Amino acid sequence: MGVELPTTEFSDIPDELWLELEAHAHEAAEGHSAVVRLLDEKGGFAAGSKLADAVRALNPEDLRAMYRDMAMIRRFDIEATALQRQGQLSLWVPLRGQEAAQIGSGRATQPQDYLFPTYREHGVALTRGVELGELLRLFRGLSNGGWDPRETGFHLYTLVLAAQVPHAVGYAMGIQRDAARAEARGEDPGDPGAVVAYFGDGASSEGDVHESMVFAASFKAPVVFFCQNNQWAISVPAEVQSRIPLFNRAKGYGFPGVRVDGNDVLAVYAVTQWALARARAGKGPVLIEAYTYRQGAHTTADDPTKYRLSDEERMWLERDPVSRFEAYLRAEGIADDAFFADVAAAGDALAAKARADILSFEAPSLEDAFANVYAEPHPLVAEELAWHREYEAGFADTESAVDADRAQEGGR
Amino acid sequence: MPTMTIAKAINAGLRTALAGDESVLLMGEDIGTLGGVYRVTEGLKSEFGGDRVIDSPLAESGIIGTSIGLSLRGYRPVAEIQFDGFVFPGFNQITTQLAKLHARSKGQLTVPVTIRIPYGGGIGSVEHHSESPEALFAHTAGLRIITPSNAHDAYWMTQQAIASEDPVIVFEPKRRYWLKGEVDTEDPGTSADPFRAHVLREGTDATVVAYGPLVPVALAAAEAAAEDGRSVEVIDLRSISPIDFDTVIASVEKTGRLVVAHEAPTFGGIGGEIASRVSERAFLSLEAPVIRVGGFHMPYPVAKVEEHYLPDIDRILEALDRAFSY
Repeated sequence: MGVELPTTEFSDIPDELWLELEAHAHEAAEGHSAVVRLLDEKGGFAAGSKLADAVRALNPEDLRAMYRDMAMIRRFDIEATALQRQGQLSLWVPLRGQEAAQIGSGRATQPQDYLFPTYREHGVALTRGVELGELLRLFRGLSNGGWDPRETGFHLYTLVLAAQVPHAVGYAMGIQRDAARAEARGEDPGDPGAVVAYFGDGASSEGDVHESMVFAASFKAPVVFFCQNNQWAISVPAEVQSRIPLFNRAKGYGFPGVRVDGNDVLAVYAVTQWALARARAGKGPVLIEAYTYRQGAHTTADDPTKYRLSDEERMWLERDPVSRFEAYLRAEGIADDAFFADVAAAGDALAAKARADILSFEAPSLEDAFANVYAEPHPLVAEELAWHREYEAGFADTESAVDADRAQEGGR
Repeated sequence: MPTMTIAKAINAGLRTALAGDESVLLMGEDIGTLGGVYRVTEGLKSEFGGDRVIDSPLAESGIIGTSIGLSLRGYRPVAEIQFDGFVFPGFNQITTQLAKLHARSKGQLTVPVTIRIPYGGGIGSVEHHSESPEALFAHTAGLRIITPSNAHDAYWMTQQAIASEDPVIVFEPKRRYWLKGEVDTEDPGTSADPFRAHVLREGTDATVVAYGPLVPVALAAAEAAAEDGRSVEVIDLRSISPIDFDTVIASVEKTGRLVVAHEAPTFGGIGGEIASRVSERAFLSLEAPVIRVGGFHMPYPVAKVEEHYLPDIDRILEALDRAFSY
């Protein structure tokens, strides 16, 4: 491989911290329980490490914004779940419990980065400025993802498990080439961005994840594999997907793996920033395993009482990412009652907007589906569209005839 | 006008595309230093560098999947699948992702990926090296599928596939890689549209439609039929998706009889699709049912018996006899 990425500077986290994390990653590969964490379950902050210092340097406004995102997407998620129960969505995929993993990682990205989500990354979508109504359209059966990924750097949801992961690696290989070409032309490539590939513990078993990690390692692609281990792939526990902690798999591919407490938004944020900085610097991929929990069902069509114990659910509720971060912000004096009341009101407004939006969405017509099967004209599609129009027009004739009859009858 | 083999013509087509557009990349197993197991990409890595002619890990889903990602970043990847029977690890990426991304994104994203697949039998090879899986892909909306039968088309269709904004699979007739022909590298002529069928031989009594490796067989069968006083028109379909039905229908309206020949099994194949369309659009012109010639409903057989499996001149003549018996 001839591609060499130029080194880019990334100053949010000091070099020593990256080294510390890298050392940690290699150490952790031997042990099974190591996890990067800054906030304990009560929101207590573990000071005294470089990682802690780096997060300490975060602006209080950023911290409040981080909390706001988490609370807002939780409220949106509750509303969407209710809308499904009320028949307004055909399905919803709740993210409850994974807010820290999603907001922490999403907020660690830069505008020039490109993210490939699964179908549960509503929180990441929020951090990338995706209009949340688009998510509702998808689950209402109106679109398969209507946002423009090039505007937000947030790719369409992918429902075929892990299929988006090699796309992420290919995209990262493209970034490498863009940078190398800019350099060859004597231009400063600036920061061309890095890529995040989201997937879950279930999808980690898919061959596409394996192939992606091989490609990424071989070509040192600037991609961060972000695995949210939420413990359950519908009804199958994570132990069935892997007999070793998932992050340890990275070692087999030849790049670092880190397990981070996925319910600790500060740790997720810091580790993701480190991994992205490493990718930008041309050092290749990292696997982050965000150890978290799916508090709700896999989808609204699922019933977790069939396969898991309420004791387990209770235990994870005590580790809830939103209340943990709230406790931290209060203890540190970063946010007060007025702030939390304001966020709650904003969440309710977002939920009300979602409810109003959903009833205002116009239904697409099948004609729209003919339009983009191909990018260039296609005779079969044109022929079938013409037939479809004629067929539908026949019904219009019938309807207008019926209307005319009715009008006549009414006139008598 | 230079004469070259189909393999060389594809090589020349790839070279022209690489030279003309910096966003064109080649990726596949053994395509770089080795130049491909059929040497189709020979010399391209040394000319354009390993950055653009990429020896990939041995993983078909990864090859297609990363090609999709590269195309999303603005590149035009040309992925080589080493043999027809090895495309299936990449089948998911091709059918659920590549074929659908343009539609899923409401036209906002394009994925101009080209997939080259050497296909077909007749080379005495081991399992999985002789198959014709084109119908499996033709059934998937969003893909375009073309197959050259001669060097001129191979040169131009390779470039046309790369230039297309849609994903295109080019099935290359591997047993014809060494078939020589004249290539006009200045002017595609009648090959300007890769999705149009070509009437290669005019006739009045029956039509034979073939594509890829069976085109020379169909021409030879028409020659043999002429000795029996039968005037057979031969059409090289060239494009399997979309299919140029207009050219086929026009021919059948003239001849009244149609035989469709391909190496792939007849059941659920392209021949059935053509037969159905012709019966819908040219029923009153038909003097006989459309007859299909193709592989049997079995896994591709072992090499020592493949000559009895593959359609040959006699099988096409037998089908013509049946068509004339009505």
